[in-house]
Amino acid sequence: MELRKQDVRNISPDVPNDWFVPKQQNQQAGEAVVRPSLSYWKDSWHRLLKNKLAMAGLIFLIFLAIFAIFGPLLSPHSVETQRLTEQNLPPSGKYWFGTDDLGRDVFTRTAYGARISLFVGLMAAMIDFIIGVVYGGIAGYKGGRTDNLMMRFVEILYGLPYLLVVILVMVVIGPGLTTIILALSITGWVGMARIVRGQVLQIKNYEFVLASKTFGTSAARIIRKNLLPNTMGPIIVQMTLTIPSAIFAEAFLSFIGLGIQAPHASWGVMANDGLSTILSGYWWRLFFPTLFISLTMFAFNVLGDGLQDALDPKLRR
Amino acid sequence: MNTYFIKRFVAMIITLWLIVTGTFFLMHWVPGSPFNEERTTNAAIQKNLESYYQLDKPLLVQYGNYLKALVQFDLGPSIKKSSQTVNDMLGRGFPVSFELGLYTLLLAIVSGITLGVFAALRHNGLIDYLAMSIAVLGISVPNFVMATLLIQQLAVNIPIFPVATWSSPMHMVLPILALATGPMAIIARLTRTSMLEVLTQDYIRTAKAKGLSPVKIVFKHALRNALLPVVTVLGSLAASILTGTFVIEKIFAIPGMGKYFVDSINNRDYPVIMGTTVFYSAILILMLFLVDLAYGILDPRIKLHKKEAK
Amino acid sequence: MEKILQVKDLHVSFSTYGGEVKAVRGVSFDLHKGETLAIVGESGCGKSVTSQSIMRLIPDPPGKIHQGEIIFKDRDIIKMKEPELRKIRGANISMIFQDPMTALNPTLTIGEQIMEGIIQHEKLSRDQAKRVAIEMLNLVGIPNPEIRLKQYPHQFSGGMRQRIVIAMALVCRPDVLIADEPTTALDVTIQAQILELFRDIQKKTGVSIILITHDLGVVAQVADRIAVMYAGRIVEIGTRREIFYQPQHPYTKGLLQSVPRLDAEKAELVPIPGTPPDLFSPPVGCAFAARCPHAMEVCDKVYPFKTQLTSDHNVDCWLQDERAKKLVSSFK
Repeated sequence: MELRKQDVRNISPDVPNDWFVPKQQNQQAGEAVVRPSLSYWKDSWHRLLKNKLAMAGLIFLIFLAIFAIFGPLLSPHSVETQRLTEQNLPPSGKYWFGTDDLGRDVFTRTAYGARISLFVGLMAAMIDFIIGVVYGGIAGYKGGRTDNLMMRFVEILYGLPYLLVVILVMVVIGPGLTTIILALSITGWVGMARIVRGQVLQIKNYEFVLASKTFGTSAARIIRKNLLPNTMGPIIVQMTLTIPSAIFAEAFLSFIGLGIQAPHASWGVMANDGLSTILSGYWWRLFFPTLFISLTMFAFNVLGDGLQDALDPKLRR
Repeated sequence: MNTYFIKRFVAMIITLWLIVTGTFFLMHWVPGSPFNEERTTNAAIQKNLESYYQLDKPLLVQYGNYLKALVQFDLGPSIKKSSQTVNDMLGRGFPVSFELGLYTLLLAIVSGITLGVFAALRHNGLIDYLAMSIAVLGISVPNFVMATLLIQQLAVNIPIFPVATWSSPMHMVLPILALATGPMAIIARLTRTSMLEVLTQDYIRTAKAKGLSPVKIVFKHALRNALLPVVTVLGSLAASILTGTFVIEKIFAIPGMGKYFVDSINNRDYPVIMGTTVFYSAILILMLFLVDLAYGILDPRIKLHKKEAK
Repeated sequence: MEKILQVKDLHVSFSTYGGEVKAVRGVSFDLHKGETLAIVGESGCGKSVTSQSIMRLIPDPPGKIHQGEIIFKDRDIIKMKEPELRKIRGANISMIFQDPMTALNPTLTIGEQIMEGIIQHEKLSRDQAKRVAIEMLNLVGIPNPEIRLKQYPHQFSGGMRQRIVIAMALVCRPDVLIADEPTTALDVTIQAQILELFRDIQKKTGVSIILITHDLGVVAQVADRIAVMYAGRIVEIGTRREIFYQPQHPYTKGLLQSVPRLDAEKAELVPIPGTPPDLFSPPVGCAFAARCPHAMEVCDKVYPFKTQLTSDHNVDCWLQDERAKKLVSSFK
């Protein structure tokens, strides 16, 4: 199948002759693809902005924080003042969310409950974060026998029924805000430690970490500069999901009488009080605290989901 | 395989022992005798009571006796309700709680998986959004809120279902619904995520390339793999259902173990708190063990993984 | 020679966050009965998309076949509905994927996975299906098939798994076998065995094979004809001899020079400079112009027409134009 030159008589009529000259080299510059290269965080933030539900959650949480800080100041009524002449009043211009059986203002108490819930949630998440990152980081980074031993301990704690332990601790050290946070932290950090350890273990063997190791970078620096930025995503997600579970735990404990004690207000306490009067038709006493518990948990959950999607490097395209 | 499960079994016993020990010393760490609050009793009676409950003996002896009794499944007497033992209470309360918990778990598993699978198959479709909205709501609304909501709507406003007590199937509907929503939502979301992931796997493409029907691909190839992560959370879900029964039984006045437990917390009835904690911990740890076993059966790779992990 | 499969002017694109990726932009070729056609090219050139389009396995969304025909036994696969497609998949056309580690379902025995194809298409009983499966495992060289059938994928090595995947694909005696990078994930020694197996199977069953690969070494061993793809188009197609000894397209030449050869006198490797174009907005003219050592003004402006060199060999390149011939000498 020798190629014979005579057979090939190719001339495309609609192409002018003067185009058959060697291409100018500088034209190749036009080929360079210009696409904005976003940093990881910027890119994630853009994706989060696109997630309407997560943004709605974020906006609600900002409002909730403002409500928790300024709500009690905004209202003319104090949290604890009892007015026995104004018991169980429905919502009105004077009492925006109505009053309870001791004549206390439900609006102010709900705002106060928001403080407690957010405080418990944030503190629990913070403590989990600190213990979990340190513990999981060390276990993952050291590896081997240390890791094995440390994770054995985590496994045992992980096997414990979370709320049961919390209840037990509450029974022993007595109800109160500090004890709730303490009790939640006893087993709460375990999940975070497992995530951090897994991430560290995975990333530790990546080339870029090995590369910085060969340059003689110190362990602390590797953890700070290489490992943490790369493990931040799952950690943030875990934290956003810890907060609602802590808020739930507080409400749950207060509801069964182990949490915040009167005269302090918490959504769980208010819901418990409200439940007993459900048949009397004082719906606002149950409605507002439960609405706020649900909305807050909803907001944290959708934000956590949104963050998970936004921070997942696998979804980057 | 066998060595793995023997190891797992030993770990289970150790965990349980840690719980018993922890609980015991925690309970006895509480300052004062449980009878101090009751100002009515005189010194002689208190002394009698303390000797009856062995509180006059050294702590370690009490601990030894408690363990000895425990091995014979004896959880000791109640302090506040004299003449009753913790075993009596468990015997009466637990069957009810077990029924509530079991039905809840079944409902949550069946409906959660169904919802999750449909959502995944109609990814980004109407069903997906609907199912996931339900799921996020289910996760966000605490079970005691759900319970009060259901009572208000379906028992007070429109009296369809009777509430309080556990006497007929109709009485069971609302408590089970209230308790199942959360776990159902968790299962649904997990099933969906895992199903979506599995559907992008190469072996699903292989199955498609064989010309299998969508039904076969989903049920034979995708579902089993997608359910593996769901199985792993069943243990902790059972735990959350169990603690959920405490409030649900309180709200619906169901005479289950949860109600006794909450009462015992409010009365500071330490032997009951201790006994129930130990009993429930044992059940949950057993659940986790069974879940591991089930996982080993569902996933043929498990033996290899364990070997590789060592 | 009888044409078993004809692909005509196939266009496939994917919609992504960044816009529409035009992965395949007008691909045409024929597959003859009993031959092995290799499609070669760099990663991202559209060769896998082309092969998956033939079985309509492109996930839609985000993928979409915009135009073209795929004629198999006088019928257009692109126009077929799902139930019809299912009758063809696995029975008439089957496929082998790149990674044997992930192509098998980890929770089903390999016997089950081999048998389900025959049971689906040929309505055999389980016993009959089992006999066929054993026969197939024998064919692909797996010892003790009766015992092996009951085992799970993780109990096999990579090379063994690829043999199982091949057995699975062949179980219904298909007319066309599409192998997408079947040896890429394997060790070099195993690669040779698998390629040998392909030749052996083709001899025994007469199946036509489309082999997708980026590895010219693999192509040299088994292909009858070779199609070279670049940026979503086939730029040159010809018999193995033609492509290896008389390559016409500068890209084909570049590919051949970038492969180590033992038989060449001066074994000098010449990499092709630059990277393939962005398929979000592919160039109007020849996509290779930016990297081509012989690029002319015309190459950026108009896509070259197809030049038929022999009955098998054709190429899309402006250098084939008479007016370019005198320039060529000035290049070197």
